[in-house]
Order: sequence, then C-alpha cells, then structure tokens
Amino acid sequence: MKTPWSYRQFLGSALGMLFMLILLIPSILSPVLSVPFPEAQDPVFPRKMLAVLALEHLWLSLAAAGLATIIGIGVGIAATRPAGRTFLPLVRDASALAQTVPPAAVLALAIPFVGFGFQPVLLALVLYSVLPVLDNTLAGLENLPSAVLEAAQGMGMTRFQVLLQIELPLALPVISAGIRTSVVINVGTATIGALAGAGGLGSPIVAGLIRDNPAWVFQGAAASALMALFLNGILGRLEKSWASHSKVEKT
Amino acid sequence: MTLEWKKVSKRFGDKQAVDELSLEVPEGELLVLIGPSGCGKTTSLKMINRLVDPQTGSVLVGGRDVSHVPAVELRRHIGYVIQHVGLFPHMRVSENVGAVPKLLGWSKEKIEQRVHELLELVGLPPQDYAQSWPAHLSGGEAQRVGVARALAADPPVLLMDEPFGAVDPLTREILQREFLRIQSTLGKTVVFVTHDLDEAIRLGDRIAVMNEGRLVAAAPPAELLLNADPFIRDFTGEDRALRRLARLSVGQALGDATPMKSASRRDASVGAIRTDATLKEALSQMLEAGETSLEAFSPAGRSMGTLTLEDLLERAAGEVAS
Ligand SMILES: Nc1ncnc2c1ncn2[C@@H]1O[C@H](COP(=O)(O)OP(=O)(O)OP(=O)(O)O)[C@@H](O)[C@H]1O
Ligand SMILES: [Mg+2]
Repeated sequence: MKTPWSYRQFLGSALGMLFMLILLIPSILSPVLSVPFPEAQDPVFPRKMLAVLALEHLWLSLAAAGLATIIGIGVGIAATRPAGRTFLPLVRDASALAQTVPPAAVLALAIPFVGFGFQPVLLALVLYSVLPVLDNTLAGLENLPSAVLEAAQGMGMTRFQVLLQIELPLALPVISAGIRTSVVINVGTATIGALAGAGGLGSPIVAGLIRDNPAWVFQGAAASALMALFLNGILGRLEKSWASHSKVEKT
Repeated sequence: MTLEWKKVSKRFGDKQAVDELSLEVPEGELLVLIGPSGCGKTTSLKMINRLVDPQTGSVLVGGRDVSHVPAVELRRHIGYVIQHVGLFPHMRVSENVGAVPKLLGWSKEKIEQRVHELLELVGLPPQDYAQSWPAHLSGGEAQRVGVARALAADPPVLLMDEPFGAVDPLTREILQREFLRIQSTLGKTVVFVTHDLDEAIRLGDRIAVMNEGRLVAAAPPAELLLNADPFIRDFTGEDRALRRLARLSVGQALGDATPMKSASRRDASVGAIRTDATLKEALSQMLEAGETSLEAFSPAGRSMGTLTLEDLLERAAGEVAS
C-alpha cells in the first residue's frame, strides 16, 4: 500500500460522486430518469427531496448501528468474563435467532406496542443488526493468544486493565469489521422505515410500488445502495489505517 | 527474597497436579524445576504469583504467605517469563518492556531510562529495537525482550517457565550464557522451569526433580548426577557422567594451583586448553588428539598446570566432591 489512492479507487470515488450529484439535484435527475423510464410522467419522487430522505435514512441507519454496536460489544464483553461465561451459549443462540426474524415482522409486531414512527423501526433494525457486532466481538475476544493474556495477568494487570489495554485493542480489527457489516445491513434494511412512517429512502420505493412508478423505486434503491457502498468504503479505510498503525500480525 | 512451598497440594478434577510439595529457595538462588511433562512444574511455579491457588498448604514469598497478599500487588513485584513469551503484539518493544513500571505509576522519563538500560542489558541496542514491533523480532530477540520485560521493575524474584524453549539449540545456549551473566550481576531469587537436563545443569545452583506432582530430589547439579534413586538415574540418562564433566571447568578440576610457567615456554608437544573450558570439552579434545594430557592456560595466557585423563576419570566417577 504505497500509493494512498489507486487508479481504481479514484475512478470508483469519482463515479460515486457523479451518481450522488445526479440523485441529489432534482433538475438533473428528472431528464436522466426519463431515459430508462420514458412512460413515467412524474419521474422524480415529488413528496420530499431525495437529499432530505437520504439524511433521514442516514440518521436512522447510523442510530441503529450505533445502538447495535453498544449492545453487541457490551454483551460480547459480559459473556466472555468469568462471571458471564455461563451465558455464552445462550447469548449466541439469542442473537442468531434475532437475525432469523425478518425486520418487517418485528416491525409489524412492534407497532401495536410502540406505535408508528421512528422507534419501532429503530427497534427492528437494532435487533436485526446486532448479530454481526456481537459475533465478531465474541470471536475477537475468544481467539486472543493465551500467552499474551497470561503475561498480562501475570505481570499484575487488573482484569479491567487487561480488558482495556490488551483484549479490546487486540480484538479491535475483528470488532470493527462487525460494525461495518452492521452499518451496511442497516442502510439496506432501513428502507422498511417507510412502512412505519419513519421516512427515509424507503418512501419512494414503497410509493413507487403502490403507484406503479418504477422510476421512484429505482431512485430509492439506487440512493440507498450508493450510501451503503460509501459507508462501507469509508469504514474499511479507517480499519486499514488502524491495522497498519498497530502492526498486529496473526500468529 | 526467599521462597518456600510448604506442603502444597493442588488437584485439577481427578488429577493431582502437585502433591505435598515442600521446598525452600534461599535468597539469590537459581533453582531449576525439572521433570517429565505434566509433573506439575508450571502449576508449582504459578502458585508463587497466585496464577494458581493451592488447595492445601501455603506458599511463602519473603516469609509472607502469598494468600494474604493481593494478587495484583504480588505479581507486580515478581518477574514472570513464559515459554511463548506473550509479548503484547500491539505495543512496541519499549512499551512491552515498560509495562510493569507503567502499572506501578513510574514517571515517563524514569520508564524510558529503565527501558533503555534493560535493552542494553539483554543485548538489544535500544536505538535499533526500542521502536520495533514484536511481530518483527526473531525468536531469540523476542525471548530477550521477554526477559527484559520481567526484569523491568527490578523484582527480587523471577519466575521463568521454559523461557528459552522455543528457540534453536544454538540460540538457546547463547541466551543461557547471557542469562547467567545477567543473573551473576543481579543475584535474583530465580525459579526456572525446564524440560532440558543440559539446561538445568548449566544454569541451576540447585535442581529440583519432580515426578507426578511430588518432589523426588533437590540437589546441586553435580550431586544430583550422583544420586542413586532409580527415577533420578533414569531421568539423568546414560550419559550422566558426561553431564557431570560438562558442569565442571578445567580451572575447577585443577583447583587453585598457582601458575607454574609463563605461556611463552609452553611445551608444544602437548595440546592446550583454557581453564574456563568444561571438562567435557577437555575430554573431547583429548579423544580427538589421542592425548592423555592437556596443558591448561588461564584466559590471560598463563599456564595453570597439566590436566590428565586420570583427573577426568576421577571427576566423571564423582570421586572428588566439587
Ligand atoms: N487449569 C488446569 N485445569 C485442569 N488441569 C490442569 C490445569 N493446569 C494443569 N493441569 C494438569 O495438571 C498437571 C500438571 O500440569 P503442569 O502444567 O503443572 O505440568 P508441567 O510439569 O508444567 O508440564 P509441561 O512440562 O508439559 O509444561 C497436568 O496433568 C495438567 O494436565
Ligand atoms: Mg509447564
């Protein structure tokens, strides 16, 4: 990794920017969309600007990913401590189960209790995306070299110091890959927010399906895919820069 | 600081790992614990820094029962080196070595100075190694860093569990020699666990042999090699006589004989050997040259007398107490 920006990365970013500009500026988007969708009379989703929807979407997905991260890392740490170890199999099962329940079903079940809007969507997203963070936290903390842990304990570090100074830094690359997966899942899944009135890029998709307007479906889907790609790229670069800083090599 | 196991036992499930172990280590002694795999060496060692707590009996460090000392406090004053070194891969060599001083709250400058000093001591020039990452060290270098890290806070007691186990024989010998040099200046109370009898003989002031959790014998190397106990005879092997020779130097065999003639007048027909060579090396040299005597020279080049094959035979049979 000598050159910070390879040709491919540059091209990818430039294309991404171009797509983003097209999507965000309605006066450009309209003529572009009428090429693949000539029969749509109203190609650009009229109710809200796509930029506003994208912001709603971003906020929703990042809030869910943030909560999933806090819960996933917290539970992962607790389940790998001596006191919590008995719960480890239970935790694994519970989080795997959470991912098998479709978010739409959680949404449907949650709405009667927490009502429409932001909260039920957040709940569904967090439940659905906590697994990759939790899984990776467990994997990261469980697979540390035992000699390193014994050395840390043997030199007189407290349990808390071992966790903070040794275990978490060493597990960080694995945990952050889990966080990245969670973010990507959330950006994709947050389109269901429109079903519960939480807005986001799902709105043009849902409206497009109801009104039989594929141009709306397309712009919602394209924008959320682009957002997922962007976030994935940014987080991946962050991870790489940490990894090369700490020079951790697997033995 | 003295160490003592007092009728200590530890059982893991059905396995009696340590069985009524009683053993004292006087201040400044390098005690080697040796025995077959699974005989309880590591368990006995870990009882000293409370990584394992015994079920019965007590362990004393400096006369104090360790079960009354908070484990974290105790461990910060006991150096610990393990076989797989266990360097922290995300910290540079300097941070690894400075880890215990940092736990003890030393100032940054003091830690830096100490790290510098220790890297010099273990033969790793700080300017080349302080900023290195553990992943980039050779096996031997990593072991040295491990020793430096254990010595960082100048603990009176050092526990070493097969510290040189993971390196090639040549590197191991170099590390052993350097460790002896370091130990001769620092005079720590050391418990050193090993599988390797030659290592035990080379390093130990005293060797404690364990089998199935019990102490079989504890004696200085030359004495241990004369022990008639069947397990010890078996354990020390067919070549125990050679091992005895390996433990003694030419100088020791000749006693404190005064220099007799100057180096310039030495008899060219007789082979020469330095007084700091071992008797095993002397024997090998005699066999190779087909001679029955060698002239001994001090490192400074003064003749110290003649070593004969008879001398070696006597020593190998243990007829002369060392
Ligand atoms: N934490 C543990 N849980 C269960 N059994 C253990 C534990 N630690 C040690 N043992 C058992 O106790 C016995 C003594 O183990 P110990 O590690 O002290 O042996 P050792 O002499 O150091 O062996 P080696 O030379 O192979 O390192 C072995 O049979 C081992 O399996
Ligand atoms: Mg062992």
